[in-house]
Amino acid sequence: MADSPSNNEYWSANIRLVTICLVIWALASFGFGILLRPLVSGIAVGGTDLGFWFAQQGSILVFLVLIFFYAWRMNSLDKQFGVDEE
Amino acid sequence: MDQTTLNFIFVGASFALYFGIAIWARAGSTSEFYAAGRGVNPVVNGMATAADWMSAASFISMAGLIAFSGYNNSLFLMGWTGGYVLMAMLLAPYLRKFGKYTVPEFVGDRYYSQTARIVAVICLIVISTTYVIGQMTGAGVAFSRFLEVDSTTGLIIASIVVAVYAVLGGMKGITYTQVAQYCVLIIAYTIPAIFISLQLTGNPIPGLGLFSSMQDGLPGGIEAGTPLLATLDGLLTDLGFNEYTATTNPWLMALYTLSLMIGTAGLPHVIIRFFTVPRVADARWSAGWALVFIALLYLTAPAVGAMARLNVITTMWPNGVEGEAVAVEDLPDWFRTWEVTGLLGVEDLNGDGRIQYYNAGSEAGAALAEANGLEGNELVTFNRDILVLANPEIAQLPGWVIGLIAAGGLAAALSTAAGLLLAISSAISHDLIKSVINPNISEKGELLAARISMIVAIILATLLALNPPGFAAQTVALAFGLAAASLFPTLMMGIFSKRINSKGAVAGMLAGLISTCLYLFLYLGWFFIPGTALLDSSQYLFGIPTTHFGPIGAVLNFLVAYLVSNATEEVPQEIQELVESVRIPRGAGAAVDH
Repeated sequence: MADSPSNNEYWSANIRLVTICLVIWALASFGFGILLRPLVSGIAVGGTDLGFWFAQQGSILVFLVLIFFYAWRMNSLDKQFGVDEE
Repeated sequence: MDQTTLNFIFVGASFALYFGIAIWARAGSTSEFYAAGRGVNPVVNGMATAADWMSAASFISMAGLIAFSGYNNSLFLMGWTGGYVLMAMLLAPYLRKFGKYTVPEFVGDRYYSQTARIVAVICLIVISTTYVIGQMTGAGVAFSRFLEVDSTTGLIIASIVVAVYAVLGGMKGITYTQVAQYCVLIIAYTIPAIFISLQLTGNPIPGLGLFSSMQDGLPGGIEAGTPLLATLDGLLTDLGFNEYTATTNPWLMALYTLSLMIGTAGLPHVIIRFFTVPRVADARWSAGWALVFIALLYLTAPAVGAMARLNVITTMWPNGVEGEAVAVEDLPDWFRTWEVTGLLGVEDLNGDGRIQYYNAGSEAGAALAEANGLEGNELVTFNRDILVLANPEIAQLPGWVIGLIAAGGLAAALSTAAGLLLAISSAISHDLIKSVINPNISEKGELLAARISMIVAIILATLLALNPPGFAAQTVALAFGLAAASLFPTLMMGIFSKRINSKGAVAGMLAGLISTCLYLFLYLGWFFIPGTALLDSSQYLFGIPTTHFGPIGAVLNFLVAYLVSNATEEVPQEIQELVESVRIPRGAGAAVDH
């Protein structure tokens, strides 16, 4: 049971999903919020630039969406691969 | 009714509520003491996690740090929320599936070694004790203001209250009390913020007000219609400070953010919360709900910081920065009340009867001094940790708001300190005494050991908090660095790799913990005892400050664990199967049996 092919597939689907989410996670915080701030500095937001908004508001909102998206996707993957809790 | 009486009513009523719930839900069996019988709904658990998580650092300290360095300290906002993404995706569901009570228990079982378990206990104690120092610092500030005593007396009162409170109930008491504490702290934080945002920008949502324009009729020569942040940038530049929105060092900022993020995911007292949800799917939702409740405060905090900074400037320069500064006799009452604590101080250096607040160290500041005969910044002390607590007074809000914020600040410090003490005591009584030293200990004996270790931790943290290594949020940041370097990599590798063996894990944890501790102690003094530091901040390795070291310790941990594991034996078959089973949710119920 432990090494069944469907469990391996489930695990790689999980890893794929986590990777995608973490790329977005890094882009919103380390990217637009910090290191890529100069790139988006042309976009004005209420007296400052988009990078400042990402650092103080946007990144947190992105994190929230990511976690709920991940929980929803994983819970349906659990069912799809038949590994959910009854 | 005077302010002190109002403070007493608010703080007293909130405390009566917490103690009431703690007594009502007093823990009976050990299972209830540690994990609330695993019957906690994800939304309730999320709210309790948020209260556990948002400590004196978030409530009392963070907005003050943001206020005084602007954009640069957004790293606290991103760092302390971004970690939940890691938690939800890399740790929480798997640790819930594993189904035990404590973090060292997972480490001991996954790495099939008592040594690994003991090293994890040591990591946990070092992390949590450092964290409690920060809480004690914050609670001390709150008590000293609210009882109008000096900060040392405030600290001692805080530690007594925390001790009584934490020893009374276990997790169950704490879970429901923490829901109450969350409600108190979020109301206390947002109400003044809404008032201030309305006063300054007319927008009732502080997070939006931050990006809105100034209202008509504000003091201090503020032009209506200019965006708040642009106004603040302008005032600060005139006074010789850096612009609020300017970036100083993006790479160091990214490193610090990363340290807080991975530290969040490695904090034992937060991880422990995900053991208490009924199902694996709930562990994922719980992390999301926790972040919802945390975000309510974290989206407000940057607005509190910016608006308070603006209000401090207009208080000091009521006629605009070009006009006359505030006269000594016109200083508002909150100055007087805070001066008592020793955390705020003014000195009329040039003897003109006015208090000039500016940055004497800068070129613009020097020019300002030259033109106006100033002899240095006269707002000589402004402890960052007082800003949030003083905020309603600075904005001249009614007395009940001030009482409310005192109650909220204490709720934040108290709830986190209790959660940390629970993590420490369960590590000592459950992981050390019950499974290593004396397996035959009775349930009663285990509970007694848990309570004694709580008291010892409180005394130790109080002694160290007399001379804390930094403002509350900075001390807490050190604890995050330690968690990032020690527990997070070990937990993550335990789930995502079947190759890391016991020798690798032990070597990795020790490499991360020792390197980080050494780095902190070299610059901040051995065990944070003042005067014992061997190096000063001009000698930082590659210019990396102590608060930023976490990710470097984590890389060392990963690297050492990988190399040692590859040079030594394979992981036994049954442990590889354990890792397989942790990865899939099915069968979580069965794993709960203990």
